[in-house]
This record gives sequence, C-alpha cells and structure tokens, in this order.
Amino acid sequence: MSQTELRPLKDGSRGAPGRRKTANNWIQVLGILPILILICILFSVLTPNFPTAGNVVNILRQASINIVLATGMTFVILTGGIDLSVGSILGVSAVVGVLTSLVPGLGWAAVLAALLTGLLLGLLNGVLIAFVDLPPFIVTLGALTALRGVAYLVANGTTVLNRDLNFAWIGNSYLGPFPWLVVIALLTVLASWFILRRTVLGVQIYAVGGNQRAARLTGIKVNRVLLFVYGVSGLLAGLAGVMSSSRLYSATGQLGNGYELDAIAAVILGGTSFTGGIGTIPGTLLGALIIAVLNNGLTLLNMSYFWQLVVKGLVIIIAVTIDRLRRRSSR
Amino acid sequence: MTTNQQPLPLNAPIATPVLEMRGITKRFSGVPALQNVNLTIYPGEVHALMGENGAGKSTLMKILAGAYIADEGEIWINGQPLTITDPGTARRAGINLIYQELNVAPNLTVAENMFMGSELRQGQLLNREGMRREAARVLQSLGASFAPDDVVSSLSIAEQQQVEIARALKDNSRILVMDEPTAALSDRETERLFEVIHKLRSDGIAIIYISHRMEEVYALANRVSVLRDGQYIGSLDRHEISPERLVQMMVGRPMQDFYEHQRQTTPGEIVLDVRNISDGRKVQPTNLVLRAGEIVGLAGLVGAGRTELSRLIFGADPKASGEVFLNGQKLNIRSPGDAIAAGIGYVPEDRKDQGLFLEMSSGKNIILNMLKQDAKAGVINWGSVGKIAKNAVQDFNIRLANLEIRAMDLSGGNQQKLLLARWLAIKPRVLLLDEPTRGVDIGAKSEIYRIISDLAKQGVAVLMVSSELPEVVGLSDRVLVMREGQLVGELGGSTRQSITQENIMAYATGASEVTAS
Repeated sequence: MSQTELRPLKDGSRGAPGRRKTANNWIQVLGILPILILICILFSVLTPNFPTAGNVVNILRQASINIVLATGMTFVILTGGIDLSVGSILGVSAVVGVLTSLVPGLGWAAVLAALLTGLLLGLLNGVLIAFVDLPPFIVTLGALTALRGVAYLVANGTTVLNRDLNFAWIGNSYLGPFPWLVVIALLTVLASWFILRRTVLGVQIYAVGGNQRAARLTGIKVNRVLLFVYGVSGLLAGLAGVMSSSRLYSATGQLGNGYELDAIAAVILGGTSFTGGIGTIPGTLLGALIIAVLNNGLTLLNMSYFWQLVVKGLVIIIAVTIDRLRRRSSR
Repeated sequence: MTTNQQPLPLNAPIATPVLEMRGITKRFSGVPALQNVNLTIYPGEVHALMGENGAGKSTLMKILAGAYIADEGEIWINGQPLTITDPGTARRAGINLIYQELNVAPNLTVAENMFMGSELRQGQLLNREGMRREAARVLQSLGASFAPDDVVSSLSIAEQQQVEIARALKDNSRILVMDEPTAALSDRETERLFEVIHKLRSDGIAIIYISHRMEEVYALANRVSVLRDGQYIGSLDRHEISPERLVQMMVGRPMQDFYEHQRQTTPGEIVLDVRNISDGRKVQPTNLVLRAGEIVGLAGLVGAGRTELSRLIFGADPKASGEVFLNGQKLNIRSPGDAIAAGIGYVPEDRKDQGLFLEMSSGKNIILNMLKQDAKAGVINWGSVGKIAKNAVQDFNIRLANLEIRAMDLSGGNQQKLLLARWLAIKPRVLLLDEPTRGVDIGAKSEIYRIISDLAKQGVAVLMVSSELPEVVGLSDRVLVMREGQLVGELGGSTRQSITQENIMAYATGASEVTAS
C-alpha cells in the first residue's frame, strides 16, 4: 500500500485548462471577420465596381439603419430575450416624427417625438416582460402586429410627406466624407459598446442573461435591467425611424416592415448566443456589415432580387455553421 | 468523525472478476490523466471509487463506458479481454453508466425512456404493448412505485434515477457505474436508493459507486479503491475502511488538521438579530441571533426549512412576518439587494444554478458584487477591480491559469471558492452559507473550512446550513437545529449541551434526549 507516502497537493495541477480559453474570447469577438473579408474579396474579384470608395460609403449608409436596430437587439438578446417589434416601432416612430414636423410651431420637436415614441413603446414591452412576467417572444410578437396597425392608423393609411422636413439633413448630408447616417450608426455602436463593456449596468446585462436566478441573488435588480434593454431597443428603433424617414422626406405605415429579421440575423451572425449571456457589439457590427455587403454586392452583380434572398439566407446559415465548427475545434 | 462499521461478512474475492482494468493510461494532449491504473471488480459487490475531483475517476469510468479510448492498458470482462472502442461495445458487454445529471427525456413516458434507442418492433411498427410489459416487469423487480405509462417529468428526481437504473437492468447490465447518485436526493430517497442497490447486489450485479460522502461508502461498499492525481493508490476491504485511512489515501496527508477552527471562548457582540421571521409556509416564526466572530451551524434534515430560513433573512423570498436587526438597527430588507447593501452575504446551495455565471470569466464572477462600489458614476475601472480579483484568487488559492477562464471550466471546489471570494470582496458583516462544501473534493473542503474559520476570526458572523454532520460539529461554535420549520434546539455556546452528531440528530429527528457536556 502506497499510502504511507505523503505528498503535498500540487498547485495548479488540475482544473486549469491553460491559455486556450482566452483565445476563445478572441474568436468570439472576431469570429465572423474572416468571413466578411472573404466575401469582400470575392465581390472585388467579381465586379470592379465593388471596391471603390464611393461604394464603401454606400454600403455603410445602407447598413446604418440595420446597425442601429441590431445594436438595440443585441442588448435584448444578451438577456436571453428577443424583440420582434422593432420594425413596427420604427414605423410608428417615423410616422409620428414626420407628422410632428408638419405641425406649425412644433417642427423642432419632430426628432424628439419620434425618439420618445420609440422609447415609450420599448418600455411598454419591458413592463409586460419584466413586471407582468410574460415571455418576450409573445409580448413582442403581439407588439409587432398591433404596432404595425397603429403605424397605418396614425398615418391614416397614406404616405405622410414633408418636402421641407427639418431633419432631412440626417438622411442626406455629410460630416466630412461620411453621411450623417453612418456617423449616427457608429456613435450608437460606440455608446452601446461602452455601456456593455465599461459600466456596471453592462455587466449586469450579461449576468441576467447568463443566470437570472444567480443575478437576483447577487442583488441585481433583474426587472430594471430587463426594462432597460427593451427601452434601449425601442429607443434605437425610434432613432432608426428618424433615419429612415429623414432619407425619404416621408413615412408610411409600411415603413420598417420585416426589419426585425435582418436585425436578429446580424446579432446572431455576430456570435451572440440566443440563450443570453454571450455576445458583443463589435460582433453585431460585423454581422450587420456582412448583410449589407451581400445586398450591395449581389445587386452590383445584377442578381435578381429573388436569388438575392436565397443567397442571403444561405450565407447566414453557412457563416454561423463555420463559426460554430471553429469554436468547437478550438475547445 | 465516528466510524460505524457493522461486522459484515467479508466479500472474499473468490469468483472470477467481472471486470479487470489493468495498467490503464490516458493522456490528454500529452498530459497524463491516468497512469497505470488498475481496478478489479467482482460480481455482486459494491465497489466504491474515491478520490478528489480531478483524481481521474470520471476519466477511468469514461474509458470503461467507451466514451474515451485508453492509450495503454487492457480491459477484461469475465476473464475475457475486450476492446472497448465505443459506447455500444460497452453496453453490449453489460456496462452501464448512470451520470449525476440524469439522461431522461422529461416529456416521454417511463417505458418510452427505458426503450429509447432500442425500441421493440413488430415489423416496421412499434411494439408498444411489449415494451410496456417488459418495462412493468423490470420496474416491479426494482420495487418501483410508478407505472410504465407515467410521464417522467411527473416523477421525483429519485424516481427518475430509478428509470435510468431500470433502463440499465433491461439491457441485462452486469456492471453498473453510479456517479454521485445521491447528490440530488433527500435522506429518505437515499435510503430507498440504498435498498435498490442492495437488491441489485444480491442479484449479482457489480456496482461501481462514485461518491464524496464517507457515510455512504461505509454504508454500502464491500471494497474501496482510491485514485489520486491519476494514479491508483490502493484498495481497501470493508474491514479495513476507516475515515482516517481513506482521507490519508485520497489527500496524501493525515486528517488531524482538517477542521482548524478554534472554538470561540468569549462570545462577541450581537450582530444579526432576527425576530419572529416566517414565510407563512415552510418557516414558522423564528428568532435567532448571530454574534461577531462566531460560526453558527444550522442543522436539520432535508426539508426542515433551513434553506428557506436563510433565504428569508437574505430577502430572496417574501416574508410573511418578522424583523431583522443589524448591530441594533432595524433593516428593511425587501430584496437581496437590500441585504447586500446592509452587509449580508449569501452563498446559495446550488452553485451552478443559483450562484455562478458559468459563461462569464472567473474574474468577473469574483468582482460582480463590488462593481457598484468600485465604479465611478457607473463606469467600471477594470484595472482596479482586476487587482481585487487577482488578490482574491491568491488569498483563496483558487487554481486557474488566468482570470479570463470561464467559471464553467473550473472544478467544483474552485467554483465554490470563487463564490466565497465574490462575497468576501464586499467585506460582509454577516455571511449566510448554504451547504458550502456540497460536491466539493476533500482537499478543497479543508481549504473552504480554513476560509470560513479565518472569516470568523476577522469578526464576521457566519450562519452555515449544512447536512454534513462532521462539518457542523467540527466547525461550529454553536449549532441550531431545525425541524419542520422551527428551531427546536441549540447546542454549544452558552447552552450546556455539547455539539455532537448524536445530539444534533436527536433534535433533528425529535427522537431521544440530548446529553449535556
């Protein structure tokens, strides 16, 4: 019997899988970047019109609204929820914004009114989810339908037009070489990244998504965190409404229809987990860029819209598959 | 710790071993997890496999079950060599594993679960009647109290475990591996499981039983084999088993210095004063005080209301009545946040489900509770909290390569230390611990005891809910015993009753009288 031999416990001899896990974090952040680069190279080879400065700005502008929506969606999905209503909130907010701009003497408040509309509708989602304890999918599915109706109703079934829209500069002017749309989208990304990365609230959002029960027992006010994320998602949908309508000088009840799907796709492409607790804003940004690059490149290639839909859907599935496989193999 | 060895007939190894593992070696990317390990199992014995977390028990069992393939070594079944390359081979050879986390489909019936993957057929169609009959037969032989058509989610955890055992029996299992089968069971369910195990043993089935709980090993095992750091240390026959010997084999050092706590001689100031607290259901109106620097054990049977009481104090569940005073000041605790703000910490019973953020880095798990205090205007200074996390890792001897490692990748003991570190980062005045060493290996246990003991020395008032009597006796300055939602007894401290396992059990069960010191 060898039990007479006395050995001290070896330090660090177990439970320490080494450096690989940190590397994983890098893969999490940059996961989808190689795929974006690959797609860009492919398009550059296929069409000379793709890799021009003008087209790059174009892509960024086309991506901007989805970037804003997807950023809000990232907050929600990080808590393990979902917000299907962002497209409809965008519609309502845009109509409210343009209508306000038409009211004499109240024109200055148009942007504010649109943002406030988005925020309030988002908070309404949040109250139902956090305090009435309804499932996010159900609440926002209901809101998706109901608010689309509200958008048509507020617009009275027509296109609300304002040729002298006072915030048209948002959609049509430039800051230096960059369209304001792009600048606003990037500022949104930066602010969101800061909140998630550098604030207590940000860590709490990850905590609620990672383990809601444990979050409660560490004193996190889970309800408030949920209210916040749905509020943010609504507010950013309102902002996206301002951006859309400013570009068009108008809004209809139809505006933003189906946008929630591209936003969710961008978040998932960016490596955010549907179960919550894992994901990053830079990932979402990359995800939104992939979608925009595909839209742009396929159009330049003169591919029919029907085929574009097919290709886009397949690329999303393939990209996430590659990401999964790679993450698994690095484990 | 006491030894309660009944004189049992020696299970002398006369028969052919049903299983022999010889010289098993397994390396993971060059690092040896098992080195030249031997294991011999006879039919009709309960063979306990012991060792700390990470000692190699599960690796060895996974090799047996075909989940891993050994780099070197041989496996002999009933005197015949057998190459196990996949789970199918193992199952056909009569080897079945029952994991700690049960593998049942909750929405299917018992019979459907038992025949999952090996459904009986009649031509191309399912033979439901045949499966039901066969399931009923096996369940009856197990003495199960549920029917083949019951939906699994309607069964208790213990019954779901029986479904898994039944599935193994249906496959004519000869070797049944059980990994910590009692971890989620109540005392009564554990007894029931033991009856089942006795029955299986008398049917000639060999059972490899993995457990950290010494009491269970004494109660069940015919023989014990011990692994340490991937090496086979040795085996003991039933009459050779003693706690001291086992601990020494597992840890490689004697047990004397296991509980380091020096009992408090002079009681400190009253820190926490809980009056008349109840939830209107499982906790009857209860009073208790905690003093500075004392460790109060809260003992009782499972279901006595200990967890509920500590959650009530912490504000995790709504109170029906009662007041909480901290240093003489009345607190208005309506949520865990309020309790934390007052300096009360709580380490929950189930660390994975209620404590840790498994996907988060270990560092973030540690600093989560003190982020708010350290942050300026809600903005985190990662540099300064990172330092706090690093110090905590050193102070508590948490073994990790770096702070970025996810909590899920740590061993149970390190996870528990991580949780303790999280609470200690906010410097609590009162710490409520619920089963602080559950599922933790013996090395980490002694470190956790040292941490708790140090805390008390620094003046923290500690309330420790524990079902492990040796730990309650070894660590507590005072013991409160709960039964059916009420505090029914107090031992140690100013009482004249001594803290012994017998006295605790007397109160907990409401049985006999308590002996004075």
